[in-house]
Parts: sequence; C-alpha cells; structure tokens
Amino acid sequence: MKNYLILGLVLLFSVAFTANKNGYAVGDIATDFSLKNVNGEMVSLKDYEDAKGYIVIFTCNTCPYSIAYEDRIIALQSKYAEQGFPVIAINPNDDKKSPKDSFEKMKVRAKEKMFNFPYVYDETQEVTKAYGATNTPHVYVLDAKRTVKYIGAIDNNTKSAADADKKYVEDAVNALLAGKEVPVEKTKAIGCTIKWAL
Amino acid sequence: MDGKTSEKNIRLLVMIKKITLIVLFFAFVQQPDGLAQRNAIRIIEVPELEELIQAEQGKLKVINFWATWCKPCIKELPYFVEAQKKFPDVEFIFVSLDFAENESKVQAFSKKKGLDKSKMYLIDDLDYNSWIDKVSPDWSGAIPGTLIVSMNGKDFYEKEFHSGELEELIRKKNKK
Repeated sequence: MKNYLILGLVLLFSVAFTANKNGYAVGDIATDFSLKNVNGEMVSLKDYEDAKGYIVIFTCNTCPYSIAYEDRIIALQSKYAEQGFPVIAINPNDDKKSPKDSFEKMKVRAKEKMFNFPYVYDETQEVTKAYGATNTPHVYVLDAKRTVKYIGAIDNNTKSAADADKKYVEDAVNALLAGKEVPVEKTKAIGCTIKWAL
Repeated sequence: MDGKTSEKNIRLLVMIKKITLIVLFFAFVQQPDGLAQRNAIRIIEVPELEELIQAEQGKLKVINFWATWCKPCIKELPYFVEAQKKFPDVEFIFVSLDFAENESKVQAFSKKKGLDKSKMYLIDDLDYNSWIDKVSPDWSGAIPGTLIVSMNGKDFYEKEFHSGELEELIRKKNKK
C-alpha cells in the first residue's frame, strides 16, 4: 500500500514537472491571465463573453519573423474576431534583456501598425512559461473552454503570405467553427528565442 | 599577301594582345579577393542538410543554426570561432536561416565574424515544419540552436552559449 502511495506521488510529481517544463500540449486546458494592454486596460480571456475560442499569439516588437507576420495577425483579427475567435497578442520578452520590447515601445509599435487586437505585456513571463512558448511568433488556438487545439506557426511561409500553401491557424479556427477536428494540431517554425529575464 | 591584309593581321594581333592583358589583369586583381574569401556560402535544401548532419566515423561535428538578424546568435559566434581554433579536429558547420535573397549580406557578415574559414550554408526552405524535426525533435525552431553530432548520437542545444561553455562541452564529447 505504502509503495503504491509513493509510486503515485512520484508519478504525480513527474507529470507536474514535465507539464511545467514543456508547457501545454494539445488537449490541455490553458490558464486565463490578466495582462496589461497597450491602451492601459487589463485583458483576460474571460472578458470575451461570447467567444467561441481564442487565438493567443506570443509575439514581440523586435523579432524580424514577428514583424513579418504583423499584417497576417491583423488579418486574422479582422477575419475571425467577429466570428468569435479574437486575437490576443502577448509580448513575452524581458525588457532588460531586450529594451526595444518594453511596454512603452509596444505602445509605439501598436500605434504605428494600427493593431486591431489587444497587445499585452507578460512582464513576469509567468503566462509564457505556463503556455510553454519558446519562440516568436508562437500561436495557441484555444476553444471556448480554453482547451488547447493548436500550437505552432501561423502558416508555412514566413517571407510571404501569398506563397504560404498551408495556413495552419486559419485551418484550425475554420475547423473549430465548423465543429470539426483540427487537421494539423502542432507545427514548428523558425523564430526568435524568447528573451528570458536573468 | 597584300599590304592591306597584313595590316589587318597586325591590328588583330594587337587587339588579341590587349584583350589577353586585360583578362590577365582582371584575373590577377580578382585573385587576392578570391583568396581572402576562402569559403563562399552555399545555398542548400533539405536533403543536403540531412546529409550534413549525418554522423561520420571518428569525427565530432558542431552544427550551428544562426541568422544575421538573430542577436543572441551573433553574440555567441565568437565562442564558436574561438573553439574552432582550439579543436582543429572538430568539424564546424554554420547554417544560416536568413532568406536566400540576403546571401551577399550573410557572406559579408560571415567574413566580418571570421566564419569564412568554416563550412557555411544557407538553408533555403521556408516550410520549416517539414524539416525542423529532421534536425532534431528537441528543437522548437527558436534560434540560436546547435546540433552536436558524433557516432554516439546527436544532441541539440537550444540555447545561447556563453564564454567557455562550448569548449567544455566539446572536451566532454571528445572524451566519450
């Protein structure tokens, strides 16, 4: 009996440890958060009362790959917010390690590019760690219950939206809207590493 | 043979001489530049990348994935150049993730950083999800990243190396 208890505890710890180390896998329930938007307001997923899901994107001001995707993130919000899948962009980078990713600089970038979605700052990096984001841009598509349905890239061509023939995020959201299974649940992409605080 | 033809022939000869001189001059001028560049960057696709990361008998390979736009990559490059001098038996390979259209920028940058004495490549395939796992399932796609390959296996390091760390790692791997 005692042995089982110990075994159980060990298993529990190892599960907790892996979950912590790797962040979310598809099927996990993602945490909500309360993070400051560039307009000064706090943003949480629960604020979106009628949401059918969420497109959570870890991105930043400085990574050229993030910049390459800005217009596509704007387009995702234009297309899907009114269908019940709003975009929430989270800047995960420590501003001491990467000064151009400061909250002040986020405001500047959001204004320049006229972001049509909230652009919030994960100053403590706790949300980023919980999700397990590793690079920018890194997308998590969640359903209404915050179940992770897709993790990865926006599409398969960083350089040019027109040349991308696999639109992973759109495919995932379209599938969820149609009540179908997400066709590709996980992808990898080259991106800038997240600038963790020392 | 009349005078006119021989005059023509002489003119032709002089012209050939001139052209030869010009060609020789350019060959000569071009040469030092060619020598200084040592290695040119080679643009490759996934099958060649797969070959590059194959283990080879008796050889330790250090394959660094970087880009000119990646600050932490640029910060760690000097440690790779330094390690390369200390471990002449280790093969260092640098794979740039810049877009192929920026080849000349990558080339100039490599020269400035002293990478041009190594094997340099640029992987020209933007369908990242199709090949990141082939490099290593442990790689998320974030750079800098370094793959170390020996007959004992492959290890991927998704991190920025700091002073001394890479050399210590190579020493450990060499002992095995």
